[in-house]
Amino acid sequence: MSQLPIVVPSVLNGLTTGAIYALVALGLTLIYGVLHIINFAHGSLLMLAMFGVFFLHKLAGLDPYLALLVVPPACFVAGYALQRGVIARASHGKDHNILLVTLGIAIAIENVAIYFWRSDTRTLDLSYAFDTVNLGVALVALPRVVAFAGALVVAGGLWLFMARTDLGRAIRAVAKERQGARVVGIDVEHVFAMSFAIGTACVGVAACLLMPTFYVTPQVGHSFVLIAFTVVVLGGMGSFPGALAGGLIIGVTESLCGLFLGESLGQIGIFAIFIAILLLRPSGLLGHRA
Amino acid sequence: MSARSSTRRLTRRRFVAGTSAAAVAVAGFPAILRAQGGPIKIGLLHPVTGPISFSGLQCRAGAELAVEAVNAAGGIKSLGGRKLEAVLGDAESKPDVGVAQVEKMNEAGVAAIVGPFASGIALATTQAAAKHGIAHVVDVGVVDQIVERGLANTFRFGPGLKSIVDTALSNLVKINDGAGKPAKTVMLVHEDSAFGSGMAKTLNERLPALGFQVLETIPHATPTRDFTNIALKIKAANPDLVIPSNYNNEYILLARTMRQQGVRPKAIYSILGGGANLKFIKESPDDAAYIIDCNHWFDNRNAEAKALRQKTEAKGLFITYEVMLAHECVRLVADAIERAKSTDRAAIVKALAESTWAGHFMPYGPTKFVNGQNQGARPVNLQVLDKDFKVVFPPDVAEAKPVFPMPRT
Repeated sequence: MSQLPIVVPSVLNGLTTGAIYALVALGLTLIYGVLHIINFAHGSLLMLAMFGVFFLHKLAGLDPYLALLVVPPACFVAGYALQRGVIARASHGKDHNILLVTLGIAIAIENVAIYFWRSDTRTLDLSYAFDTVNLGVALVALPRVVAFAGALVVAGGLWLFMARTDLGRAIRAVAKERQGARVVGIDVEHVFAMSFAIGTACVGVAACLLMPTFYVTPQVGHSFVLIAFTVVVLGGMGSFPGALAGGLIIGVTESLCGLFLGESLGQIGIFAIFIAILLLRPSGLLGHRA
Repeated sequence: MSARSSTRRLTRRRFVAGTSAAAVAVAGFPAILRAQGGPIKIGLLHPVTGPISFSGLQCRAGAELAVEAVNAAGGIKSLGGRKLEAVLGDAESKPDVGVAQVEKMNEAGVAAIVGPFASGIALATTQAAAKHGIAHVVDVGVVDQIVERGLANTFRFGPGLKSIVDTALSNLVKINDGAGKPAKTVMLVHEDSAFGSGMAKTLNERLPALGFQVLETIPHATPTRDFTNIALKIKAANPDLVIPSNYNNEYILLARTMRQQGVRPKAIYSILGGGANLKFIKESPDDAAYIIDCNHWFDNRNAEAKALRQKTEAKGLFITYEVMLAHECVRLVADAIERAKSTDRAAIVKALAESTWAGHFMPYGPTKFVNGQNQGARPVNLQVLDKDFKVVFPPDVAEAKPVFPMPRT
């Protein structure tokens, strides 16, 4: 196994990327689970959050990790306002309308971003970006280790929140039986908006953890949201553990395909998995059978 | 009824005002301009946004400095000191946008176009300019095809890819031989558009004949933000030489990731390395140390070259080959207009084709265009030594001796 010395670091690298995919997918799967819509604006919101982190650093000198105190709360508020102010109003209570509204929001946000920031590729230059953690078998970049840990913490926190808090229970109730939840006195509109806000806060966290190693362009959301859809389908629509496992699987698959098939073909494996899942287990790894 | 007639009166009044303004614009201003010998428009077309915007902005800065320099020196003397005026265009790092910009520049009435840094864009823009008979001086785009399609309007001042690769390989063999042939195996890392793929293909054909074994060729996209896998592959294959062919961001990221993962080949030897520049050297001197690059560079001893370096640094920019080449391409065009004694596009094309300009600061000798390619153009080898970029080869322009193989620190 002369390949082992490079396969292990590659797998570790894939796990760290996968954790970020999982984080983006967690937001997506939460919104899907509750509102029963695919939120097409998810990628654009990620992009906006990444620009937020970028400009906080460039203009205010705020470290991306300190931006965790600013960007996710801002995303939370923006997500709440977006759901209550735009999506709920424009959808007139029909789920398929919500789908189109989010698509419209995505297109609008992206083009406004291109207008203001052009299609430049921007990166942050941080002193610790190339520091490594020696794990014995591999040298892993420090920001990637942080991203991995951060994503796990957020996923765990979200799971606890859903399991233990009243709002978490309310969200699960609305997800399962909307009318029933309304009958027992749950403010369904508020729960919708809270789910959207939490989902958007997830991309805020992802943006802070991503920026030390990634670039931002107005189109950057595309690649993430496409992969996040795959992760959600792979893990099972609406399943949190599924999204986490799915994200990690996809990250490792991409990394290994990149290693063995060539960097340009790294994503082939992801979509091969996507198709296989749709054919063989349409409800996903941990999803409930419909 | 009365309201309507008042609207009509207003409209008529506006119409008259508008017409007279238009009449002044059509008849009056050109007369004034003619009397002053108005500015001669030069299109400066570069990818100043998108993934290769760093290089595009550097080109633009160099070209604008040249326009200033020509104007400060009295403009085009054979046309009564008429000044040059830059018409800026952004190709957004895309060939189709480049073509659209050429059309705009044609509408704006440019006498010639200088640009557009990238080969992929140059293939498209030279063709678009040819349609309008506009002389297009390619500043950097090195793909040989650019001057091999029989386009009479297309000129390249700098060397083409084949000649650069010839020089780079012959220099590599000489440097390697001089050090006792320590390097035998090579790995190629290239970006997957026209420039990188073309380079990788040529190197794969040529290196074995020169005694180098190519272990692996790795393509990647632009932009790529993670080179860990590629660095790991290089580590596993352990080649003596790594030859990267990519643009600025990826070049730097690859070099930094290689160091991060503890990959230390005997040399990183790039040909037209997109990130081998002073910005990288100043920002991460340890990652850049000892990299050798065969690239465009001016004659460091030339007084005008030194002046340009100062002017560029005074603007808060780093001096790079993009600045140098775009600068000299604008001066080449100015020289052609000077001799053409006209802003007629065909006359400028003819003057460029007959150009024997020796007033530039590149190590080329007087210009001589054959099918649009400047025959004397050649690259030099640079190495990152003492946190600066030193010319190390060929000996007639070298400031220092190459350090090869690099020390393993």
